[in-house]
Amino acid sequence: MGEKAVIVLHSGDMDKVYSALIIANGALAMGMEASIFITFWGLMRLKKGELEKGPLSKMNMMGLGRQMIKKRMDKANVVSLERLMSDFKELGGKIIACEMTMEIMGITKEDLRTEWVDEWGAVGTYIQEARDANITLFI
Amino acid sequence: MAELEVDVRGQTCPVPLVECRKAFKKASPGDLVIVKGTHPASKKEIPMACEAMGLKVLEIEDKEGGKEWEIKIRR
Repeated sequence: MGEKAVIVLHSGDMDKVYSALIIANGALAMGMEASIFITFWGLMRLKKGELEKGPLSKMNMMGLGRQMIKKRMDKANVVSLERLMSDFKELGGKIIACEMTMEIMGITKEDLRTEWVDEWGAVGTYIQEARDANITLFI
Repeated sequence: MAELEVDVRGQTCPVPLVECRKAFKKASPGDLVIVKGTHPASKKEIPMACEAMGLKVLEIEDKEGGKEWEIKIRR
């Protein structure tokens, strides 16, 4: 078994989703395996049409701060979350969606981009995934 | 032996690394992968990734007065 990075994405904030996907893509690009376990607010970004719509974790200011950051990101040529997700899947990255959170939030599989999801699970799935991981992060 | 060019000039983190990884997947052992970029951190991180994956970096060259770089890798 190769080296592995396992990330828990708990946040649905735009900047934190960027961190998770950039780190996960970096791991894949450097020859590791990578999985993202998505739970709580992170699941909101898995809903159809919602990946790019998260608020900024700080200084969102009703979306104004977010707009400013987004402009600067465009200027710096930062790619979209949609592109990062598609690269992540292309390089063999794995997405695990938390079923318990789905139940709490009243989210069904029909609401989600199921083409991205490799596995549906709970804490046991995360632990099993992370027990032989070299890197694990909670974002 | 084929030659593959990866042009990531103007692209920022993590695209240069990701595009290199895609090229390594596409290339066959022995192929030459030539990466052209401008992102400063990637110039040192691509060789780090190559080392981790056991690929040989043949040459790292500055171009356009240091504004661009080119890395040659043997798959």
